[in-house]
Amino acid sequence: MSEMTYAEAARLALREEMLRDPKVWALGEDLGFEGGSAGQYKGLQAEFGTDRIVDTPISENTIMGAAVGGALAGTRTVAEMRFSDFAMCAVSELVNQAAKARYMFGGQARVPLVARMPIGIRGGIAAQHSQSPEAWYAHVPGLVVVTPSTPADNRGLLKAAIRCDDPVVYMEHKSLWGLKGEVDEADDAPIPLGVARTVREGSDVTIVTWAQMVHVCAAAAEALASQGVLAEVIDLRTLYPWDRDAVFASVRKTGRLFVVHEAVQVGGYGGEIAAEVGEHLFANLKGPRIPIPFSVPLEKAYMIPAEAIVERVLADLR
Amino acid sequence: MSDNLANEPARIAGMFRKMLVIRAFEEAAGENFFAGNVRGSVHQYIGEEAIAVGICANLRDDDYLTSNHRGHGHSIAKGAKPRAMMLELFGKVGGTSNGKGGSMHIADFSVGMLGANGVIADGCTISVGAAQAFKLMKKDCIVVNFIGDGGINRGPFMEALNWAQIYTLPVLFVCENNQIAASTSTYAVTAGEGIAARAESFGIPAVTIDGNDLLEVDRTAARLVAEIRGGGGPRLLQARTFRLRGHFAHDPAKYRDPATVEAALEHEPMRRTEAWLLANGMAQAEIDALRADVDAEIAGYVEEAKAAPLPDIATAFTDVQDVGAPLAMISGRAPA
Repeated sequence: MSEMTYAEAARLALREEMLRDPKVWALGEDLGFEGGSAGQYKGLQAEFGTDRIVDTPISENTIMGAAVGGALAGTRTVAEMRFSDFAMCAVSELVNQAAKARYMFGGQARVPLVARMPIGIRGGIAAQHSQSPEAWYAHVPGLVVVTPSTPADNRGLLKAAIRCDDPVVYMEHKSLWGLKGEVDEADDAPIPLGVARTVREGSDVTIVTWAQMVHVCAAAAEALASQGVLAEVIDLRTLYPWDRDAVFASVRKTGRLFVVHEAVQVGGYGGEIAAEVGEHLFANLKGPRIPIPFSVPLEKAYMIPAEAIVERVLADLR
Repeated sequence: MSDNLANEPARIAGMFRKMLVIRAFEEAAGENFFAGNVRGSVHQYIGEEAIAVGICANLRDDDYLTSNHRGHGHSIAKGAKPRAMMLELFGKVGGTSNGKGGSMHIADFSVGMLGANGVIADGCTISVGAAQAFKLMKKDCIVVNFIGDGGINRGPFMEALNWAQIYTLPVLFVCENNQIAASTSTYAVTAGEGIAARAESFGIPAVTIDGNDLLEVDRTAARLVAEIRGGGGPRLLQARTFRLRGHFAHDPAKYRDPATVEAALEHEPMRRTEAWLLANGMAQAEIDALRADVDAEIAGYVEEAKAAPLPDIATAFTDVQDVGAPLAMISGRAPA
């Protein structure tokens, strides 16, 4: 085991995959001298040459489009978009081309492409450098969406994304670049896509989350534990396909679900998870669905007192 | 006379046959669109046949081609089978994509035809990436990107020109300038000196030719393809042409004077190629027989496509993705 940052773990993953497969190459702005916006490509151009770590012009359409072309031609491409906000310039290449080619060409094509587009608030970079549009891409058939939260996951999931024959939208979180964690360098197996990680076990409430909010939820679960509430925290890791089995098993156990994400709530991916749980596990959710009982304490257990409403409203306003 | 020139009539006759196949295919596609057998929209290549045929005659099977929404001619010229293409237009089993793409997404990867494209100029960026892959794998293949004049005002076209030039990529950009983008005159909405000048501004050698002159297309393509394959970097070929039909089959093209179409018939590539063949030793009877043979071939494909089975509904749920693939159908309904 060695300690490394989230950015270093990503660099390790790409280097290992480039050594393993000579058809893996990456393209994007400032990958050579700068080594990527967080050093996640540091030294790779010197090691692998300018044909495999390609410094590109500021041409987002072509960074993504060339990655599609390279993938169609039999190589594995990693398109570095720097910010998910900038990747919006290349939505056609990703959504109309990468995600559609295999299907609309009747299975003639595969598009093994990783579109790396870091998401999230880093602090002070504001409206055009901080967005979390993961739900947009989870909406698109053909795409896989991955949101790693730890150094070990960033290594194992990036390796899986590079080996995947489907186009993968790979969304690192910018506030995590410097996060340190243990990585077992000897174990270079990819982490399977679509499998969640239980960050903390608990029996009272399920909190489903991903990316940087995993760490916030873990802290919240710690605080809840000191008040006697045992929260189970699940890091989805992959948003599409998301690990329904893990979430459903947890909700069956706890009967309560919170979904926490940094992205805007309206139209956010939390709505999808809540809808699925509501549709399939309604009977497991803890809300009164009982006839009105007779005895005073039983009847009271059904009724909603004013204090409960006040408490909930205040909680929402805080 | 060199062997090449001595063989020229035979070579041109071979290309002429391919042009006839494209013309017959496109006529049949249009007829069957109006007959209700072909759904969606059909963008015919009628009047532009010499370009695709003249260029693809100079390509190898392992070279790649990317196309736009007017892709039937490009596909046939690159070697796709018109029988499978007709089945695809009819949405039937045995189509190039087994009925999942249709006219606008016609593709045949087995002959390096990486797909027609419903998004204008998106093929430009795909082409430079495919060319980069060739370079990485040290293959001496090239990529030909067909784009219409309407595509030259999209950013990806200009990005891809710059990109191809800075990395010295083996790409031949072919702009089929039929002068009109859907219903809008390209000249009316294009600043500067036009298509070739745009390429030249990036340092890319550009050539402008009469795209309806098969021999000129063939000669020019032979030279440009050799230069590109030899490591010379990208080239742009502007092939002037005229779209004899509407933007798509159901477009009556009322935005232009019928007299211009009438005049254009004088210069259309089938007649001109036929005239050249007649002047170079081919008999009218031979040409008529060739045309009848091609027409019968395409008519046969139409009958076959009419009779062919529709795809199994289950195939609607295949080839989406490996990770998170949609579940199989359950009793005739899509799963939740």
